[in-house]
Amino acid sequence: MAYIQLRNITKKFGSVYANRRICLDIHKGEIHALLGGNGSGKTTLMNILAGRYKYDEGNILIDGRKAVFHSPGDSVKAGIGMIHQHVDLVDSLSVEENILAGTEKGLFPTRKKARGKIKDLAELYDFHVEPEGKVYQLTIGGKQAVEILKVFYRGASVLILDEPTSVLAPIEARALFVNLGKMKENGCAIVLITHKMQEVFDISDRVTVLRKGEAVYTSLTADTGQSMLTEKMVGHAIEGRTEYRAAPRRDIRPLLAVSDVTVHNRFGSAALSGVSLDIRPGEIHGIAGAAGSGQKELCDVIAGIAAADEGRILYNGKDIAHMPIAGRAAKGVRIGYVPEDRMDTGLVGGMCISDNVMLRRIDREKGLFFNEKKARDLALRIIGKYGVDAVDPAQKLKDLSGGNIQKILLGREIEEAPDLLITAYPVRGLDIGATNYIFGLLRERRDSGMAILFVGEDTDVLLELCDRISTLYRGRLTATLDAAGTTKAELGLFMAGGGTGGTR
Amino acid sequence: MIQDIALFLQTAIIMGTPLLLATVGEILTEKAGHINLGVEGMMMIGAVTGFLVGFATNDPLLAALAAGMSGFLSSQIFAFLTVSLKANQLVAGFVLTIFLTGLANLIGSNYGNATLSSEFTQKIGAVAVPGLSRIPLIGPALFHQSIIVYLGIFIAVSAWVYLNKTRFGLSLKVVGENPSFADDAGIPVAVYQYVHIGIGGFLSGMAGACLTLVIVPRWQETVTAGMGWIAIALVIFATWNPSRAIFGAYLFGALKGLAFKFQGTSIEIGGASLSLPSQILDLFPYIITIAVLIAITLGKRRENQPPRWLGKAYFREER
Repeated sequence: MAYIQLRNITKKFGSVYANRRICLDIHKGEIHALLGGNGSGKTTLMNILAGRYKYDEGNILIDGRKAVFHSPGDSVKAGIGMIHQHVDLVDSLSVEENILAGTEKGLFPTRKKARGKIKDLAELYDFHVEPEGKVYQLTIGGKQAVEILKVFYRGASVLILDEPTSVLAPIEARALFVNLGKMKENGCAIVLITHKMQEVFDISDRVTVLRKGEAVYTSLTADTGQSMLTEKMVGHAIEGRTEYRAAPRRDIRPLLAVSDVTVHNRFGSAALSGVSLDIRPGEIHGIAGAAGSGQKELCDVIAGIAAADEGRILYNGKDIAHMPIAGRAAKGVRIGYVPEDRMDTGLVGGMCISDNVMLRRIDREKGLFFNEKKARDLALRIIGKYGVDAVDPAQKLKDLSGGNIQKILLGREIEEAPDLLITAYPVRGLDIGATNYIFGLLRERRDSGMAILFVGEDTDVLLELCDRISTLYRGRLTATLDAAGTTKAELGLFMAGGGTGGTR
Repeated sequence: MIQDIALFLQTAIIMGTPLLLATVGEILTEKAGHINLGVEGMMMIGAVTGFLVGFATNDPLLAALAAGMSGFLSSQIFAFLTVSLKANQLVAGFVLTIFLTGLANLIGSNYGNATLSSEFTQKIGAVAVPGLSRIPLIGPALFHQSIIVYLGIFIAVSAWVYLNKTRFGLSLKVVGENPSFADDAGIPVAVYQYVHIGIGGFLSGMAGACLTLVIVPRWQETVTAGMGWIAIALVIFATWNPSRAIFGAYLFGALKGLAFKFQGTSIEIGGASLSLPSQILDLFPYIITIAVLIAITLGKRRENQPPRWLGKAYFREER
């Protein structure tokens, strides 16, 4: 019998079903992959098991007995620990304070014994973290290690990980998978939420596919195949991707030349140090690296949102490093930007589609009053041209799905006809259909001469999509490589700061 | 001259004491992630309650406890609105101040001329420690004071120990920094918020009573004179550290004392008589606070930053 059984779990947000009569068995000593596209209800289901969400119908059985969680604390007591997709720690406190908060006894607790237990756990999983160091000094991988230590310190026997590799460099992801294997051998039950097919086959024993809030398929991983899972995820068979790639064109003068750019964060440390690279018209230039290696700073500084502390950025020979973003279009600098956090920086969720598509050009409009017809026409054009699943431009943006929101953002930026398009993680969290559409769109723009800077996390995607790839490691550029002829392993090495560096 | 300075220091510390109590209370409230702008109002209600109970019973302890309780109960209105109903904290706190100021003035309207018995003022007034209080310059400031001054220091130091050395303090910091983390860790988030908003209210109430029972000592409609707002500014000045608040409160107390002393007097400079309006001295605390606020914002130390969740409501199911 399964250790944890979810029976007919139903959860509604307003009138929308996030989960609908889902049944799921979680066994000890087994890794269970939860596969599904964006908005398929994976995270919601696991938040229910972690006690964060109340469910409307159904039962949770642990070891055959019915369990009722009133708070996340109850779920922790039942031995369930969840590692959320976004690191959820207190930066200003120390590692051990983060691990121990809420577990200590007595008014003035002594830390000696606890520290020993933390060190033993860290050794077991080969984590190199100092219990007394502050969390803000850690890399994202280090923070994730602290989360894992926290969960096991509290005696978890069931571990839920929500897209854990999306923030990790390949080498860190491999280390994590080795650890998941150890936990499995120690008798833990593990649930891995993912949208990456490869991970399912790399590590899981059992796989369940969710689509639109329903569990549509469960199988032992060994008994199923990639095309089967894809079909279940998308709901229909999917045609293969186009594998066309143009040869990099070395003869063309770079559109943009970044030289020796350094950017400090607000606490004074260098987020980007001495980075130089160039981007040519008609190429997709990839940026690879673990999350937080300086990608955001690089994009912001090129887009003109942040100022470079040192170095130059030449756009067609003109230094734009300190050119304010407002006057750029008038001076012929046309850079489009699809930022990483599309809902915070790129768009305004509470506003309607037509208002959002006008945001980029509103300061160039004439007259006092807003031309609503023009906005509506532009919105309708983007909806039609980019296949957005929306009927009314007056619809609020946040009510659309992630894929449709991203299409609107991309469409808005492309309609401005930029010479350079910066895209940071444009397919994060999107399902296969939307992902393929966006990759196709980027290729098509590239072939029509646009220069594209593509920040990505998945090495397979980077190698397939990009013409050249630059790797960032802790704010430094470690290499710029031709995608053709570069292997995944080489790329991973440079992303982890290894290799001799250099340019090919 | 030395006697003048000694008197000035003594005044600075007693004037700083209500600020210290209110500031420590607000620090604990803000550490739970809630910013309560009702401090001025809670000081007013504490001031009137403490005065009336002291007037009626002649018992300083009872008066102080009653003042604290009135602040505590008032703060629970704020807690209910912002923790349970998730109302906007700034609006709730501001309205609380307006409401409580009006209520305090209504309650105290017939007591404008009442005075405390000499028996009462003796019990709670300044007591000289034999010998030590004769130390030149600092003797009177440190050893010729009301018991409330020592209580203030004790509370501030205790609050520091509580925050930094106890497990409850750690849990409190986690609640204010990252409530969803606290929730996962089994820390009862709402309980921590109610309790620390309550402690903040209790201390604000006592701070108000400190004015009407010890410093002024009588009931006036304008008795707090903006001290509650200065306390909120002092929280930033002290960078959420109760022991730093001691220094800040006395410094601001000194400025208050100066403003009081220079009221209506004029300084002779080169034969010309220059009168310094006390309002200018009243401005100093705010100017200093703004300078500190800017320094923190530009500053590089993560430990001095405000609690990350300050002012925001926590919804467990928010997506």
